[in-house]
Amino acid sequence: MSTIILLLITGLGLGALYFLVASGLSLIYGLMGVLNFAHGSFLTLGAFAGWELSRRMGGESWGTLIASMLLGMVVGAAVAAATEFLLIRRLYNRHIEQVLVTVGLALATVALFEGIWGTDPIYVTAPPWLSQTTEILGARVPNDRFLMIGAAVLVLLGIVAFLRYTRFGLIIRAGVENRSMVTALGIDVRKAFTVVFAIGGAAAGLGGVLASHYFGYVSPQLGGSLLIFAFIVTVIGGLGSLAGAAIASVVVAILQQFANYFWGGTGDLMVVLLLAVVLLVRPTGILGKKA
Amino acid sequence: MKSLANLSQRTWWIVGGVLVVVAALLPLLNLSIPGVLPGATYTPGTLQLLALALLFASLALSYHLLFGTAGMLSFGHALYFALGAYGLGIVLQQTELTLIPALGLTLAVVIAAAYLLGSLSLRVTGISFAMVTLAFAQAGNVLVRRNPGLTGGEEGLRLDTEHIPDFFIGVVNTRNLYWLSLALLVVVFVVVAWFENSRAGHAVTATRENELRVRVLGLRPFGVKLMAFVIASVLASLVGMVHLLLQSGTTPRATSADFTLTILVIVVLGGVGSRWGAIVGGIIYTLLDQRLTALASSDAIDGLPAILRIPLSEPLFILGTLFILVVLFLPGGIAGAVKRLSTGTSATPSERKLLEEAE
Amino acid sequence: MTNSVTESILTVAGLNASIEGQQVVEDVSFEMLPVGVTALLGRNGVGKTSTLRAIMGLIERSGEVTIAGERVDREPTHRIVQRGVGYVPEDREVFASLTVNENLRLAERDSTPNRQLIEELFPDLIARAGQLAGTLSGGQQQMVSLARALVNDNRVLLVDEPTKGLAPLIVMDVAKALERAAQTVPVLLVEQNLQVVRMLADKAIVLEGGRVVYDGSAEELLGNEALTKELLGVA
Ligand SMILES: Nc1ncnc2c1ncn2[C@@H]1O[C@H](COP(=O)(O)OP(=O)(O)OP(=O)(O)O)[C@@H](O)[C@H]1O
Ligand SMILES: [Mg+2]
Repeated sequence: MSTIILLLITGLGLGALYFLVASGLSLIYGLMGVLNFAHGSFLTLGAFAGWELSRRMGGESWGTLIASMLLGMVVGAAVAAATEFLLIRRLYNRHIEQVLVTVGLALATVALFEGIWGTDPIYVTAPPWLSQTTEILGARVPNDRFLMIGAAVLVLLGIVAFLRYTRFGLIIRAGVENRSMVTALGIDVRKAFTVVFAIGGAAAGLGGVLASHYFGYVSPQLGGSLLIFAFIVTVIGGLGSLAGAAIASVVVAILQQFANYFWGGTGDLMVVLLLAVVLLVRPTGILGKKA
Repeated sequence: MKSLANLSQRTWWIVGGVLVVVAALLPLLNLSIPGVLPGATYTPGTLQLLALALLFASLALSYHLLFGTAGMLSFGHALYFALGAYGLGIVLQQTELTLIPALGLTLAVVIAAAYLLGSLSLRVTGISFAMVTLAFAQAGNVLVRRNPGLTGGEEGLRLDTEHIPDFFIGVVNTRNLYWLSLALLVVVFVVVAWFENSRAGHAVTATRENELRVRVLGLRPFGVKLMAFVIASVLASLVGMVHLLLQSGTTPRATSADFTLTILVIVVLGGVGSRWGAIVGGIIYTLLDQRLTALASSDAIDGLPAILRIPLSEPLFILGTLFILVVLFLPGGIAGAVKRLSTGTSATPSERKLLEEAE
Repeated sequence: MTNSVTESILTVAGLNASIEGQQVVEDVSFEMLPVGVTALLGRNGVGKTSTLRAIMGLIERSGEVTIAGERVDREPTHRIVQRGVGYVPEDREVFASLTVNENLRLAERDSTPNRQLIEELFPDLIARAGQLAGTLSGGQQQMVSLARALVNDNRVLLVDEPTKGLAPLIVMDVAKALERAAQTVPVLLVEQNLQVVRMLADKAIVLEGGRVVYDGSAEELLGNEALTKELLGVA
């Protein structure tokens, strides 16, 4: 029983990370039709920014942790918005070329990060509480899981509120459904593009800082390895659906944990298998629009 | 420059034939191109590099069939390259089969895998297809890393030379491997050209341009797409097999997403939709990669201030940046640029269009 | 280029448009009446919708489009709309996942929307402000689509088959709403229901195979049964 609880909560923690990456991917795809390969780099950069801050301020304090999370968000948002503004926008509506540009950016930035920070993992320090455990129904759950889950829930609520209560949110929701009709109402939908990139980048940057605590280190490959699972999550959840991304994040991560524990480390393969099954049964994903 | 565009199909085949003959003679000649090749053309080091360039050209051609011809943006093409390399390597290690039967067995596995995964992935199109192929390739990556007993894990798989003919083994025989790579490139080229000019090839091109119209004509886009997918996968696996022989082994990098992206970069650099663009792209990429790696560890770079030294010492950074610039400013890649130069036009819409259709 | 003397609100000259490389509008030229309703007619598939979409910049086009004396054929869609163009697309295109109220709020281009007018014309919509537009009936969705255009002060309205697929009673509601709108703003109306055309239109333009084949009085066209049958295929 305690094992199940531990796996569930750890799965939720990992799912939280997936969601932080997948939410942005899904929003960006939903509105713009762009598959953003550079999203992993936003995450990695956020993680490195957080680490640079924490090694200067002393990583053991809560203040540092919170400051590094905020910094990760700001850095992620800024870089993402710049990416949209400088690269993606020039290729308006040329989806394949937009993907290619983000591929180039992903390759170039990972190499750049390796040049700056080296290829080896850099271990991070955190407030001691995070590496302790809390007992829940007999399971000794590492505390950092709660941080992941809490942060992802806040981000989910934040994005939902933004979409629901702001004019940009209204434009984004409408644009995901029918972008050309939004322009036909006199709205310059490109401004919303920068906004979704910034939101996605902020979530990814925060995800980067949190991932560095979940795994215990930062490395230039951090974003890329999470990105692939985030892609799978977005396809399973349904491209363009935030709720789908949230559900699929949790399902995928928990499946992964259970398979790793009970079926001899087959978690990653089970996830791909799940993807295959979803495609067979429902090619548009759990909550995806009809093609 | 005389208009290249006016040359007939047959002239092109003749030019290609001459180039192949010249390439075949290189190991017998003593040519040096300082700054491009590490040594004279008969030296094993240079032949090794040139063979690698030819293999990348073949691999790019196989991806051209997938992306340029059939319009399928796959992020998992490396999987089939890896399946060829690891498959052959494992068969040679675990069985007593000699090279040719081992090759046949590996091919059978590749065809089955490509057929199965292709039918699954082709249930979706566009970006979903890209992501699904990526996911399958990732599963391959995981399998390779998790089964060190069979694949050598992170260390990679060393070629078991027991059942390999002697003329493919050892540094002195590098030129045989070079000729093998050249022969493979010719085979791949002919297969790709044949497919593109076949009925199925025309159907698949039509599908890329307008899937609806093809359906209306009563053709099943799925069938021809799957055919293109399997052929491209088989060709990639052949490249993987020769690569295994050439490098005396293979590493998990062959299964990585980065490797697929590299192939994509090559095809786009060369020019999407152009056969010889893919070949030129593959060759230029290999040479550039080698030169940039040499540059990265050179003294000239070492002396620079950090802000220049760090980016310049990362070949992938330079290639990635170059790639972005090509996509932004040179639609149609190298092939497109040459075509514009030779016809004196600056029009780009058709090249742009090609990329659009590839969705 | 403000050399237009006639000061028509919307002039189209030599307009061509294509969809996926296929030409669907060919050298179309016409001028709208400065007041009232101009009908754009033709059989199914002749390119009426495409003409409107080309004017709006929603499909690839070339040629001259002038709104109130200013060329707009190189501008992006949202700029064209901001010049005072209200567009009611074929098949309504309401945002199904947004509420009625959100659909309207999205459409409001300035801080003084004509909510009063909407309440008068479509009281039903106000009662359903919180309902998801996707759950509305076809007629109600058409009201939302019309309301989205009428909520702003426009210089011209482009309306594409507003009565398509509606029950006769609702057709009259829509027609009345259009009649009311046409009192303040000139309307370019694509319409298959000739009864509605008769009731509203002053001028008619007929397309065939992407080209203009009739440009003149609506009354004369519809009064001439043979001509109507020849051009529109119906009496
Ligand atoms: N998305 C599309 N792809 C390909 N062809 C299209 C597309 N949309 C329209 N067409 C073609 O363009 C031509 C003109 O279409 P359009 O919708 O403008 O006609 P219409 O006059 O509005 O017809 P209707 O009265 O049926 O609404 C038609 O032949 C149609 O088949
Ligand atoms: Mg129409």
